[in-house]
Amino acid sequence: MSDGDTGAVGGAGRGGSRQREYWRRNIRYLVGLLSVWFLVSYGFGILLAEPLNAFRVPGTGIPVGFWFAQQGSIYVFVALIFVYVRLMNRLDREFDVDERDPA
Amino acid sequence: MNVQAWTFMLVASSFALYIAIAVWSRASSTRDFYVAGTGVSPLANGMATAADWMSAASFISMAGLISFMGYDGSVYLMGWTGGYVLLALLLAPYLRKFGAYTVPDFVGDRYYSQNARIVAVVCAIFVSFTYVAGQMRGVGIVFGRFLEVDVNVGVYIGMAIVFFYAVLGGMKGITYTQVAQYCVLIFAYLVPAIFLSLLITGNPVPQLGLGGLDQASGVPLLDRLNGLHEELGFAAYTSGTKSTLDVFFITAALMVGTAGLPHVIVRFYTVPRVRDARMSVGWALVFIALLYTTAPAVAVFARTNLLGSVSGTPYAEVPEWFSNWEATGLLAFDDVNGDGLIQFVGPASTLTNELTVDQDIMVLANPEIAGLPDWVVGLVAAGGLAAALSTAAGLLLVVSSAVSHDLLKGAFKPDITEKQELVAARLAAGAAVLVAGYLGVNPPGFVAQVVAFAFGLAAASFFPAIILGIFSKRTTGEGAVLGMIAGITTTAAYIVYFKLVRPELNTADHWWFGISPEGIGTVGMLVNFSVTLLVSRLTPEPPEHVQALVERIRIPRGAGEAHEISA
Repeated sequence: MSDGDTGAVGGAGRGGSRQREYWRRNIRYLVGLLSVWFLVSYGFGILLAEPLNAFRVPGTGIPVGFWFAQQGSIYVFVALIFVYVRLMNRLDREFDVDERDPA
Repeated sequence: MNVQAWTFMLVASSFALYIAIAVWSRASSTRDFYVAGTGVSPLANGMATAADWMSAASFISMAGLISFMGYDGSVYLMGWTGGYVLLALLLAPYLRKFGAYTVPDFVGDRYYSQNARIVAVVCAIFVSFTYVAGQMRGVGIVFGRFLEVDVNVGVYIGMAIVFFYAVLGGMKGITYTQVAQYCVLIFAYLVPAIFLSLLITGNPVPQLGLGGLDQASGVPLLDRLNGLHEELGFAAYTSGTKSTLDVFFITAALMVGTAGLPHVIVRFYTVPRVRDARMSVGWALVFIALLYTTAPAVAVFARTNLLGSVSGTPYAEVPEWFSNWEATGLLAFDDVNGDGLIQFVGPASTLTNELTVDQDIMVLANPEIAGLPDWVVGLVAAGGLAAALSTAAGLLLVVSSAVSHDLLKGAFKPDITEKQELVAARLAAGAAVLVAGYLGVNPPGFVAQVVAFAFGLAAASFFPAIILGIFSKRTTGEGAVLGMIAGITTTAAYIVYFKLVRPELNTADHWWFGISPEGIGTVGMLVNFSVTLLVSRLTPEPPEHVQALVERIRIPRGAGEAHEISA
């Protein structure tokens, strides 16, 4: 456990509707982002790779399914994490659970 | 200066740098030793994570593997990057909030059970040793090839370096040397890739070169490669031969395994705040993606080069690099039909293949194949060593903290003082280096076979236990312990059966639903989830203080400092 953790939320926040709402919103973000994560890798890169390979990424010679499997999914993964960071930082502030700068 | 002088100079100066950093950033407390005093910036931690994660296998072998597997190689690309999304969204922020030193710490406290802690410690140690043996061997091989010393001498040199900075510096020393090692390894990877891309496609960015036109023939590079494949009787490069289901399961096992590897998870304990932990995973993936999106381009360049320049050439006229690598045994030509030409052909060809190529050669020999300057060859050696050493150090730290913190302090001697624990951690790190070195010099025959095991085990044990520990308050200690045991047993039994007991049956016809041992970790994970959820419903709910703990780790405030919280 963290040295500075007072554990106050354990009492104050438990069952608190604000905290439940915060968690619900968090879960909703996770479901959305992980759906994209699944779609680009398992969807476009694996399950649909063969039919997508009939098309080329515009302006290049790479078949679309192959591109998602070896390049595209990785770019999307990076973007997803940064989107998550932004969403959560905003959510933390909105619900006043963000961290102050350590002393 | 010749190749060897360049190599010696670049390797020696990079080692001097690592040692200087280790002396400057040595650990003075257990907090420094285990989690670098939680004072690492997210950017630096991202770089360190990338170096920690990318091993000799990523640096030396991966592009070669993809080069030979074509589309099927995508499992490594997606599998070893997609796991970071899971880490960022599902694990890192919560574990940082929990604020422990190790993964078994979390498992032990969340599941209020010494048994859970011990199961976690055993998994952590097994996974880490499996990995580290391969790293030490990698160090030996790179030394052996480029400095022309015995492989074992190479392992001893590597041990001495790692010993110095892991034992002295702990997590703090390791983190800052890993930052330097990342810079060395990515530079060493990108320079030859950029040269090759320019040479073959005229585009300096390898990621774009992959989709560019082949300079020699004017057609898209991948079309040229697919054409060469067809002509020589290989399966199409962009389509692959594994079943879709197997690709799915292997990718999932690698992703989930990545997210469950203790030496990766523990890195996110080192940053000051929860939001830094989230950000840090993002940076880590940026730095990893730089290499992982270059690798498939290198694979295609190397493959095209090899097929285009070697196949059908008279043996008497081969370039110099060919003879150099023949001497190492990584390249072997056997003129079966005695016509003096090199037939390098695939299974669908009417001719017999006469050339065997080790996958590692694709990255190591690239600078020579492309005719790059000598210093680039030396640079690749320094990069390979940086990749192997950084990963070895991170793994050894997990082993030492598992012994000194989880076993000694956590289970056997809770009243040990801070000073004694630090001494114990250093001794454990030293002992771990010796064991790793021994495994590097005398690699058990099955090391290569059990890499799948490390991922499968991490996927089937830690991942479900941690996720459910955070996201389901109702998950009980009994559920988690039985779940981990069920997951591990399923995975281990399947892999041991096909890899060690009956290797001759290791074909798609005998696998469950066509799932290979590499992908069975996904099944193990599903078993773990099911057992844990089921048993948790049948056992009394977790004690009040544990449920409060779960509530607490779900919100960020309070990770770094003491204050009141009003929710």
